[in-house]
Amino acid sequence: MTRIDDTFARLKREGKKAFVSYIMGGDPDVATSLAVMKGLPAAGVDIIELGMPFTDPMADGPTIQLAGQRALDKGMTMDAVLEMVRAFRAGDATTPIVLMGYYNPIYSRGVERFLTEAKEAGIDGLIVVDLPPEEDDELCIPAQKAGINFIRLATPTTDAKRLPKVLQNTSGFVYYVSITGITGAGAAQAGDVAPEVARIKAATDLPVIVGFGITTPDQARAIAGVADGCVVGSAIVKDIGAGKPVAEVLANVAALAGGAHAA
Amino acid sequence: MAEDGINSFMTGPDEAGRFGIFGGRFVSETLMPLILELEERYDFAKTDPSFWAEMDDLWKHYVGRPSPLYHAERLTAHLGGAKIYMKRDELNHTGAHKINNVLGQIILARRMGKTRIIAETGAGQHGVATATVCAKFGLKCVVYMGAHDVERQAPNVFRMKLLGAEVIPVTSGRGTLKDAMNDALRDWVTNVRDTFYCIGTVAGPHPYPAMVRDFQSIIGKEVRWQLAEQEGEGRLPDTVIAAIGGGSNAMGLFYPFLDDPSVRIIGVEAGGKGVDDRMQHCASLTGGRPGVLHGNRTYLLQDPDGQILEGFSISAGLDYPGIGPEHAWLHDTGRAEYVSITDAEALEAFQLSCRLEGIIPALEPSHALAHVMKIAPGLPKDHIIVMNMCGRGDKDIFTVAKHLGVDMKV
Repeated sequence: MTRIDDTFARLKREGKKAFVSYIMGGDPDVATSLAVMKGLPAAGVDIIELGMPFTDPMADGPTIQLAGQRALDKGMTMDAVLEMVRAFRAGDATTPIVLMGYYNPIYSRGVERFLTEAKEAGIDGLIVVDLPPEEDDELCIPAQKAGINFIRLATPTTDAKRLPKVLQNTSGFVYYVSITGITGAGAAQAGDVAPEVARIKAATDLPVIVGFGITTPDQARAIAGVADGCVVGSAIVKDIGAGKPVAEVLANVAALAGGAHAA
Repeated sequence: MAEDGINSFMTGPDEAGRFGIFGGRFVSETLMPLILELEERYDFAKTDPSFWAEMDDLWKHYVGRPSPLYHAERLTAHLGGAKIYMKRDELNHTGAHKINNVLGQIILARRMGKTRIIAETGAGQHGVATATVCAKFGLKCVVYMGAHDVERQAPNVFRMKLLGAEVIPVTSGRGTLKDAMNDALRDWVTNVRDTFYCIGTVAGPHPYPAMVRDFQSIIGKEVRWQLAEQEGEGRLPDTVIAAIGGGSNAMGLFYPFLDDPSVRIIGVEAGGKGVDDRMQHCASLTGGRPGVLHGNRTYLLQDPDGQILEGFSISAGLDYPGIGPEHAWLHDTGRAEYVSITDAEALEAFQLSCRLEGIIPALEPSHALAHVMKIAPGLPKDHIIVMNMCGRGDKDIFTVAKHLGVDMKV
């Protein structure tokens, strides 16, 4: 059992959907980013996705691209991302943290070293966008062995033939990408998402969380209502990018979480 | 090596799209079904005689293949050593080797029922070739080009627009070729149903590196028979040399010679202002290390934390921080050698080709020619070098003028 499994067990007992939030580590600087991160659980966030900045985020729209650039311009590194996690863990032993990003910074560090450090820092799961099941030997299998969940994306192009392959080595939860496209683009439609979530749930016991294209509390409620929860990223990152005070960023997060939890 | 009859350098990639540890399929899940479908359709097409019949017909009547193999007599005499041949792919329609590959991919796209073609371009040659073939077949064409390249390659931007393509200047990241490729991938992930991504070099997720290599291999195949029969040499070249950005013209020349151990194979990377710790170059093999970008593992210019660095070169066509995975593998196995040439050396070769041979080369093959200038004088007169003159220099005259201190407005 990881913190992710514990969290879903708790939510099930409480009869609530999960609210997952994404922020970019080190955006716009480590201090602000850490302040936001520390405030997320109290704002209603059940699982924190923490972005690892990368120069070439191919699956991300402009909002998260710019967040990564802001972080990198301030000298953000993998060491600093891990240090943020340690600092967060010092005051919070239960909220799951999922690192999200791209493979090269992990590969560059060395997979074994990265996994050891990530586990020690208190990381619970990984979402690595450019590692499909075809490349499971790279990181997915070693991560599972190290006791870290490897959370896979399923998408509208993942057809029935392919779905078992996508689910095979997935753990923690399944992240359903609501649209074909990049982060921060389009609007997820509950009517489109519902049958897709049902299709995935028929093939796995894992919770299915829906992300991409969710920006308002109403959307969060609608999408969480047809799944086990939802993810909001760009809408929060946009507030941080606009330089809003931490309290205001967290107030908006609380409203989004309220939407998801009302589902 | 081939002589032991067991191992060959021509069997890659494996089923996972790997050349040794390089290559692979490092893409998001949304794209995975698309590249698997592409692989399946390409595997079928490459054994389908009607596919190659269509290619051959267009290569001959639309592109103007075979491109000549030309004995550069004055250059040979000037350098006083090896006998130098140029493979004249700059005489192709659209002025570079890029169209060899584009034709193959667009014919495949048509067979797959795709109606919208996207491409990335650096110098603009691949963009022009893609826009050209799309115009010929009435397909919608969108070309992503780094904002910096849009500025320094203005003539090619206008050509693409004349050909009916939409050119989108890319400002994400640092606005260069790698960012153009990022934005093309973002487009593809958004428009999965009707769109075909026509990649311009031997990089990207499997099957692109192998597919683009196969289409470009027409270059080396022609050299084999042209040298032996048409030029009456009756043998293989001793050395083949080509410039490398992503490495498609080089792979096209090298591939048919990989299992001929007597043929020395040399790839020339862009050394920019010099391959040193200032990192003002694009020599991924000489100055980079293995990493994962744009769907494949290969040598990349990157910082200690795995962040990708910008390449630097006078030539927009070589300005890419990676290199095709098959080159990475040929480098590590030692089958091919990779060297680098600086901007200054390339400029010198550019001018020498103009004056001695009446050929204005693109800055990309000027790098290959500069290395020929280094090694030819020390080689015997019966040593045959074939260099790939993969593009013409019309697009580069403004850049060259600037570097030579000539004001074109006067």
